[in-house]
Amino acid sequence: MGVRQTEEMVLNIGPQHPSTHGVLRLKVKTDGEIVTAIIPVIGYLHRCFEKHCENITYEQIIPYVDRCDYIASMNNDFGYVLAMEDMLAIEVPEKVQYIRVIMAEMNRIASHLLALGTFGLDVGAFTPFLYMFRDRERILDLFELTCGARLLYNYMWIGGLSHDIPLGFVEKTYEFLDYFLPHVDEYNNLLTFNKIFIERTADVGILTPEVAINYGVTGPNLRGSGVKWDLRKDEPYSIYDRFDFEIPVGTGIKGSVGDCWDRYWVRAEEMRESVKIIRQALDQMPRDGDVRGAVPRRIRPPKGAIYSRSETPRGELGFYIISDGKPKPTRMKMRSPAFTALSVLSEISQGWMISDVLAILGSLDIVLGEIDR
Amino acid sequence: MTISWLIDWVNNSWLGFLGDPGAFILAIIVSGLAIFGLVAVHAIVAVYVERKVSAFMQDRIGPMGQGPGLHAGKWGVLQTVADALKLLVKEDIIPAAADRKLFIMAPFILFLGAFIGFIALPFSETLSLVNFNVGLFYILAVSSFGIVGLILAGWASNNKWSLYGAMRSAAQIISYEIPAAISLIAVVMLVGSLNMQDITRAQTGTVLGFLPNWFIFQNPFTFLAFFIYFIAGVAETNRTPFDIPEAESELVAGFHTEYSGMRWAFFFLSEYANMFIVCAIATVVFLGGWQSPFGEFLSGPSWGLLWFMGKIIFLVLVMMWFRWTFPRLRVDQLMNVSWKFLLPISFFNLFGVGIWELLTG
Repeated sequence: MGVRQTEEMVLNIGPQHPSTHGVLRLKVKTDGEIVTAIIPVIGYLHRCFEKHCENITYEQIIPYVDRCDYIASMNNDFGYVLAMEDMLAIEVPEKVQYIRVIMAEMNRIASHLLALGTFGLDVGAFTPFLYMFRDRERILDLFELTCGARLLYNYMWIGGLSHDIPLGFVEKTYEFLDYFLPHVDEYNNLLTFNKIFIERTADVGILTPEVAINYGVTGPNLRGSGVKWDLRKDEPYSIYDRFDFEIPVGTGIKGSVGDCWDRYWVRAEEMRESVKIIRQALDQMPRDGDVRGAVPRRIRPPKGAIYSRSETPRGELGFYIISDGKPKPTRMKMRSPAFTALSVLSEISQGWMISDVLAILGSLDIVLGEIDR
Repeated sequence: MTISWLIDWVNNSWLGFLGDPGAFILAIIVSGLAIFGLVAVHAIVAVYVERKVSAFMQDRIGPMGQGPGLHAGKWGVLQTVADALKLLVKEDIIPAAADRKLFIMAPFILFLGAFIGFIALPFSETLSLVNFNVGLFYILAVSSFGIVGLILAGWASNNKWSLYGAMRSAAQIISYEIPAAISLIAVVMLVGSLNMQDITRAQTGTVLGFLPNWFIFQNPFTFLAFFIYFIAGVAETNRTPFDIPEAESELVAGFHTEYSGMRWAFFFLSEYANMFIVCAIATVVFLGGWQSPFGEFLSGPSWGLLWFMGKIIFLVLVMMWFRWTFPRLRVDQLMNVSWKFLLPISFFNLFGVGIWELLTG
């Protein structure tokens, strides 16, 4: 008779798996249903973004930035053009500023809808996902109306925009906001306060503020841990200082601060705040102005380096750009919020069950395009 | 109409030359085909209804093929027929590392468990294939048999996801059978018989003047027992919110990850057959079986069949409603629900039924 022994089973989740949100691979060591160690393996979507940027002009980088976080392209564009405008010291027209904020906040809503919907899917609720996609569709329709694209917009240019907003856009957007707000309550009835959903997410995968800050986690994941940090408020860029809105933080309503439910709740509440911002921006927006007026003919930033950051739906997106005065950057570094969010996964999901690991992964709302770049 | 009636009929017709054994085999084949037809038609219709129900609940329209022929029919009514044809001609893949014999056997064992339960169902006053004196016990016993198929499927696939799914479902089905059985015993105690026809007949008449005298309305404890049984029944059929054995976001497809084509279709068939059985037991035991809800009005053997099927379809629709509304429980929470809530409540309930009967009966 041989020696009897038990050993841990290594489970390979991904890269092709229904709930890895892209091509992520997780090497999971399990003891029965309990997860003892988890190693994320990334790089399946690596496209040499940073190196590639050294060989293309500054304008050509914009569509590339779109493809990093393809769920929130507008916000990525926004972050990049802000960095470039800082470097070139371009004064952007008022109207452009407002349109950018409107687009960025709309995309934030669209991105959060996708994040919440797929999170619901991860814990087994199928219907809320389709409800959220139905409303996300309305936002994509508005984007399509504006720039012709539904996912990768290439809309924000350095110093301006590719197109002015079309006729009737403002009315349609108001209409959408009126339509959308009651639907947030509908999601809450359907999913947020569902007993089973709370059982699955409250007190699960607790991310303490200390761990979150040590790992550099930002965005809704950090705010879910109760840290009130939002660049739109704390370091206002563009014209965010003109709007009146709140920063929702996790307070542990259903469990403890920093659990999956809190991260979910922060996103759900942020959608309401975004609606507020869009409404104010639409009210204040000047109706005339040339959106391409300030677009420079030739982009040759002076020698030097810049780090500029902005708040995307996933957190703090930073661009570090070194220029030698040539039309192409010498070095380009992107700080992606989803990467830091993923790095915290193995820390907070040890000791939980397999089902919880996927719930935690869903609550972190990662986009692999941005992690692998 | 029962098996013995069929045997008599064969013996007295021009097929009389077959003799008793021949007539017996013929009767079994005929009734087996009839049940298989029912199971298959129920699955095809139920899948179509499930798609439409989920679509309407999710603000979609669901399958909408137009026109005759291969176009899935008007409003997509032929969608599942097309799906079934596709499954029949699909390549049958058996993984190289699988345990071949067990892999082939597993779906049939699972299906058998659901299939042979059908013979004891009282479809109407006169129509039940075999009128067992232990009918309820028989159905419960044979439907537990299906677990063997699940475990075999999970083991033989030689896939980690399948193994997880199989272990989960074995644990789940066994835990939920206990509260289900105990809540049924409450009614058996009142009737004093396990015969499905006797249980149905005990529900004739009305209570409180207007409600049908079904066990769900007869006393507060049997009312509670119905809900315990139904929740446990949903869990036994592995449907949301208790669908952890095939939780697609965790286990890809659970125990049937490696199956394809017709073998996979048998898993599907047994899921729907199990739903039918669970709802049929709930109908017979708590909702008056083939009894009309309006007393003598619209009652009789053929109306009885209609009422019986109608009640089952209603319960199946409720199960679909659950599936498209709820998230999924975690495996330990699922066990908690069974052992910490349903089981104590069902014991208390059994006790309550006894006391109630003692005081009022």
